[in-house]
Amino acid sequence: MSGFIVILGLLINATLIATPPLLLAALGSCFSERSGVVNIGIEGMMTIGAFTGTVVALFTNNGWLGFLCGGLAGAVFGVIHAVVCIQFHADQTIAGTAINFLGPGLAIFLCKAMFNNSSDTPALDTAAKLPKMFNGVFETGSFWYNVLNIYSMSYIVFIFAFVCWFVFYKTKFGTHLRAVGEHPEACESLGINVYLVRYICVILSGFLAGLGGAFVTLATVSQFRPTVIVGQGFIAIAAVIFGKFSPEGALKGCLLFGFCGGLKSIIGMYNIVSPNLIALIPYVVTIIALIFFVGKGHTPAANGKPFYKAR
Amino acid sequence: MKSKKKSILDFNLLYIFIAIIVGFIIGAIFLAIVGFSPAEVYGKLFGSVFSKPKYMVWTLMYAAPIMMTGLSVAFSFRTGVFNIGAEGQFVVGEMAAVAVAIFVDVPAVIHVPLCILAAACAGACWSLICGLMKVKRGIHEVLSFIMFNWIAYYLANYFVNLPAVKAEGKEASRDILESASIMFPEKLVKLLDCTSANWGIVIAVVLAVVMWIIIEKTTLGYKLKAVGFNKDAAQYGGINANGSILSALGISGALSGIGGAILVLGMGGRLSQFAGQEGYGFEGITVALIGSSNPLGCILSAIFYGAMKYGGSKLTMIKAPAEVIDIIMGCVIIVIAISHIFKILFKKMGKKEAK
Repeated sequence: MSGFIVILGLLINATLIATPPLLLAALGSCFSERSGVVNIGIEGMMTIGAFTGTVVALFTNNGWLGFLCGGLAGAVFGVIHAVVCIQFHADQTIAGTAINFLGPGLAIFLCKAMFNNSSDTPALDTAAKLPKMFNGVFETGSFWYNVLNIYSMSYIVFIFAFVCWFVFYKTKFGTHLRAVGEHPEACESLGINVYLVRYICVILSGFLAGLGGAFVTLATVSQFRPTVIVGQGFIAIAAVIFGKFSPEGALKGCLLFGFCGGLKSIIGMYNIVSPNLIALIPYVVTIIALIFFVGKGHTPAANGKPFYKAR
Repeated sequence: MKSKKKSILDFNLLYIFIAIIVGFIIGAIFLAIVGFSPAEVYGKLFGSVFSKPKYMVWTLMYAAPIMMTGLSVAFSFRTGVFNIGAEGQFVVGEMAAVAVAIFVDVPAVIHVPLCILAAACAGACWSLICGLMKVKRGIHEVLSFIMFNWIAYYLANYFVNLPAVKAEGKEASRDILESASIMFPEKLVKLLDCTSANWGIVIAVVLAVVMWIIIEKTTLGYKLKAVGFNKDAAQYGGINANGSILSALGISGALSGIGGAILVLGMGGRLSQFAGQEGYGFEGITVALIGSSNPLGCILSAIFYGAMKYGGSKLTMIKAPAEVIDIIMGCVIIVIAISHIFKILFKKMGKKEAK
C-alpha cells in the first residue's frame, strides 16, 4: 500500500513537471489561433526562449530574470510572425515553418558562438534555476514531498490558465479576440481594430511559448541543448486543437499529455516494457480520444485567413 | 514594352532569387556579429560543394531524399491539404524498406523495387489513416499528422531494438542485404572518382517528372487542383472532393515513404536509433515552398537545399556553426512568403517611372 502511494506521488510529481511548459505554450497558441492567426512556429519560439532563458540565468545567476527574458525572446519571434502574417498577409503556415527554422537555428548558432563551438550550454547552478516551493518542509521521499515540493512556477502556471480563461470569457478584450477570429470584417465595421487585437495575441503567444521553453531549461533540464524542446511545441498545438481552441480545453489536453509523459517516466523506471512503446501512449491516447470521444472540433472561422483592411 | 516588363515581374523565379540573396545577406550579418568572416564561411560553403565533381555527387545524394519529401508536400499543397506528416511517412518508409531489405532474400532486380514498393505502401497507409480521420470524423489533419509523426518515430526506435533486427553492440539495425542496396558498385564509384554514389537522385527526378505529368496532364491532376482551389465548387461540379483528398494524401505519403527508402538503401545501409526527429519532412516543406509547389521546381530547390546541407556539414572544418544554413533557409522562406509585397512594390515603382 505504501509503495502504491509513493508511486502515485511520483506520478503526480512527474505530471506536474511535464505539464507546465506544454500549458504555457498551449495557452499562447490559444490566443493566436482564436484571434485568427495560425501559429505553427510555437516550437521555434519555445527553443529560442529556452536558450535565452538559460544564457541570461547563467550570466546573472537569476532564474526569474532568465525566465522573463526567455519569454521576451519568444515575443520577438512573435513580432516577426505578426508582422509577416498580419501586416504582409503572408501564408501563416509558411511563416510558422520559417519560425521553426529560425528559432532553433539561431539558438544553436548563438550557443556555438558563445560557448566554444559547443551546442550545449554549461549546466546551471541550483541557485540560478527556478526555485522549488516547500523546500525542506516535508520529509524527502514522502508522498507530500513528491506532490507538493515542485517548482513554484508549476503552480503559477495553473493560475495563468485561470487568468487566460478569465481574459477569454470575462473581459471586453476576450470578446474582441474571439470575434476577430470568427468574422474580422464584422468586427472592423463595429470599430474594433482587428490588426491591433491580432498583433497583441500573436506577440502574447510568442511570449508564453518563450516562457514555456525557458521553464524546460530553467526548471527540469538545467541546461540548453539542441534536443531540449524537440516536439513539445507541436504537442502544445495538438493539445490546443484537442481542447477545441479554448484555454480550459487546452488545460485538459496538456494535463493528458503531461500525465502520459509522467506515466512514461514512471513505467520507464521499472523497465518492464520497451520505453519506446510506452512513449507511444500519449499519441495513441489522443488519437483514440479524438476518434471516439471528442468529435468534430470547431476551428475559428477566420483562422489562417489573412485580413485586408477595408479601404 | 510594358507587357514584357510585367511578365518578368510576374515570374516567380525572380522572387525566389531575391529571397535566396536576402537569406544569404542576413546569414552574413549574423556571421559577422558573432565574429566570423562571411566571405570565408561562404567561400568554404560553396567551395566544398562545387570545387570537385565528387562533392557535387554528394550534393545530389543529399538532395534525393528531400526531393522526395518536397514532392510529397508540393503534391498535397496542390489539393489544399498541408502534409506536415511527411516526416512520419518518411520514417515508416525507412522502416518498411529496411525490413524488406533485411528479411527478404531475392535477387537485386526484384529486391530493390520490392523495398521501394514496401516503403511507398507504408508511407501511403500512414498518411491515408490521417486522411480517413479527416474525411470521416472531421479530425484536424495537422493534429493527426503531428501525432503520427511521433508514433512513427517511437515505432522506428522500437523496431530498431527488436532482437531480430538489432545489430549487436550498435544502436542500429543490421546492415541491409547487398542485393537491396542502391549504391553504385565499388568499381563504378572508383571509375567516377567519387567516394560514394547512388541511384537515389535518378529515382527522385524520374518521379518528379511523373508527378508533373500527373498534375498537369491527367484528369486526376485536374480534379486534385480543382479541389485545392475551391472544395465546394469542385464538389458541385461533380468531383468527389473527399475521394480526391484521399488520393492526394495517398500519393503524397507514398512519395515520402520512397524518400525514406532512398535514404536507407542508398546512404545509411541501416536504420539507426533516432535521438531526435530527422527533419526530412520539414525540410520537404521548404523544398516545396522554394519550388513553388511545382514538381519540376522541386528538383532544382532540392538540389539547392542538398548543396546547402552538404556544404553546411563541412563548415565544422573551419569551426563555423552549420546552423547558419537554418537561418538562411528561414529567411528565404519568410521572403518568399511575403514576395507578393515586392510584386506590388515593383509595379508601383514601374508606374512612377513610366509617368
